Amino acid sequence: MSDVLLEARKITMRFGGLKAVDSLEFQIKKGQLAGLIGPNGAGKTTVFNMLTGVYQPTSGEVLLEGQSLQGLAPYEISHRGITRTFQNIRLFKNLTVLDNVLIAGHQHVKYGLFDTLLQTENFRTDEKRLQDKAIDLLKIFHLEEKAHKPANSLPYGEQRKLEIVRALATDPKIILLDEPAAGMNHSETHHLMETIAKIREEFKLTVLLIEHDMKLVMGICENIIVLDHGVKIEEGAPAQVQSSAKVIEAYLGVEEKE
Amino acid sequence: MKALKNPALALLGLCLLGVALNFSVNAYIQLILLFAGVNCLMSMSLNLVNGYTGQFSLGHAGFMAIGAYFSAYASTRWSFAPPSLLIVQYFVFTLGAGLVAAAAGFLVGLPSLRLKGDYLAIVTLGFGEIIRVALLNMDFLGGPRGLSGIPGFGSFLWSFSFASLWIVICFFTIWRVMRSSHGRGFLSVREDEIAAEAMGVNTTRMKVKAFVLSSFFAGVAGALFAHFTNFINPSSFTFLQSVNAVIMVVLGGMGSMTGSIVAAIIITVLPEALRPLQELTGVDLRMVIYSLSLILMMILRPKGLFGDMELGDVWRKYVRRSA
Repeated sequence: MSDVLLEARKITMRFGGLKAVDSLEFQIKKGQLAGLIGPNGAGKTTVFNMLTGVYQPTSGEVLLEGQSLQGLAPYEISHRGITRTFQNIRLFKNLTVLDNVLIAGHQHVKYGLFDTLLQTENFRTDEKRLQDKAIDLLKIFHLEEKAHKPANSLPYGEQRKLEIVRALATDPKIILLDEPAAGMNHSETHHLMETIAKIREEFKLTVLLIEHDMKLVMGICENIIVLDHGVKIEEGAPAQVQSSAKVIEAYLGVEEKE
Repeated sequence: MKALKNPALALLGLCLLGVALNFSVNAYIQLILLFAGVNCLMSMSLNLVNGYTGQFSLGHAGFMAIGAYFSAYASTRWSFAPPSLLIVQYFVFTLGAGLVAAAAGFLVGLPSLRLKGDYLAIVTLGFGEIIRVALLNMDFLGGPRGLSGIPGFGSFLWSFSFASLWIVICFFTIWRVMRSSHGRGFLSVREDEIAAEAMGVNTTRMKVKAFVLSSFFAGVAGALFAHFTNFINPSSFTFLQSVNAVIMVVLGGMGSMTGSIVAAIIITVLPEALRPLQELTGVDLRMVIYSLSLILMMILRPKGLFGDMELGDVWRKYVRRSA
């Protein structure tokens, strides 16, 4: 059990009469690269929002390293080590690329208000450490030359990358990627797959990703959870999921019998 | 710009300006300049909340009133220093005024900053009015008659230097905070609250911090106002005063410190500068021109005079390039 990093125990999310997610259970092991797939409206993003505290599950609970995350605010969950990217990019658009990354490092800042006002040694060393770390992260993604440009001036693909950099700057244990390849072409997707594999190695990260691009999911995920109408219909290795009748039914429907 | 980065030099420069003004202009203009100083503090501090943190506060006059009444009451009742150390006493009372206003900011901010946009504007507007009406009904603070006989600084030079000191403190405090991780936290709240939370920024705490710091300097501004006019009553701190502060921030550019200063000076001086026109024509055209220029401004430069740039950036962008 000790190698389970993130666990969902019967999490349910109701919006009024609608059950967006129904008693979902899954475990993600340390270091694993897991995928969460399902047709449109299956409740994938709702699951992410429950894992990161944006929504409190109506019932059930989420555990990180065996500790319940119930009742924690999103920023507290981020401090515990869960970070994410967003389906529709949510960068701090008018701020520079560097500032975007620095903000994610805010939780590790040690200096206080008075250090800031008096520009103490403490302030300068800590600020330098933050900046260096942010630049190092940007270098991995070849974004360091654009560090002082506003985030919304980046092309779409780079904005997606910057979201990942920003998420990494929180020093996470697990990163949740919400459709990282959305709107990318083949070669960009391929490149992204490599990047995800690389950061996972380099940062010893656990990754959970939502994706529509089956090639990407089947190519890199070790464990896949399939969601349909808020219910888990299948879980397992890519080959197993691909051949599952239930999954095919959920995606393609079944022939009506006369 | 180097000098601006050094508070002591900036203060020295302002004091020298004070000396020059002391001999060159009459008492009427001097008083307007002091009010411009008060408004600089108001706009810079409100800019922290409305410009940098992206929260719409419409109750800045309330905090100003708290500061003004505190310092006015304290200096008429609790005077402790011998005449030679009077400036120290003023500093203590002004600091106290800021702290009381900051405490009020904390109390108001904690529950209301969970609200967003229009709702926050209405709550803060309501707060400003509550303060004013409460003051109207407090007999020990003079009720509607207000407090009179508030001691001043005696001379223009002292007043101007004292205002300069606080302006420099306010400017460098906000300037440095905005160039630290705390300031970036404020900006992240303005840009995208959900993303900020997901990146580990406690957005409620950030908003309260900005609000408290902003209230502090509004309180200081109020205290200066009280000592400059020697008389305050609740109608000095109406809704209009809050709106005036918002106008200064918007005119200067949301998120521009130097913009706030320039706008505060323009907004204070413009109505007075137009006074001769009224004498000339016999009609009060002041407000017509004042409001027309604001409308034109918003059409021609909707992001304010400087946008979110500082004076130095504007200089580099427009002046150097054309040279």
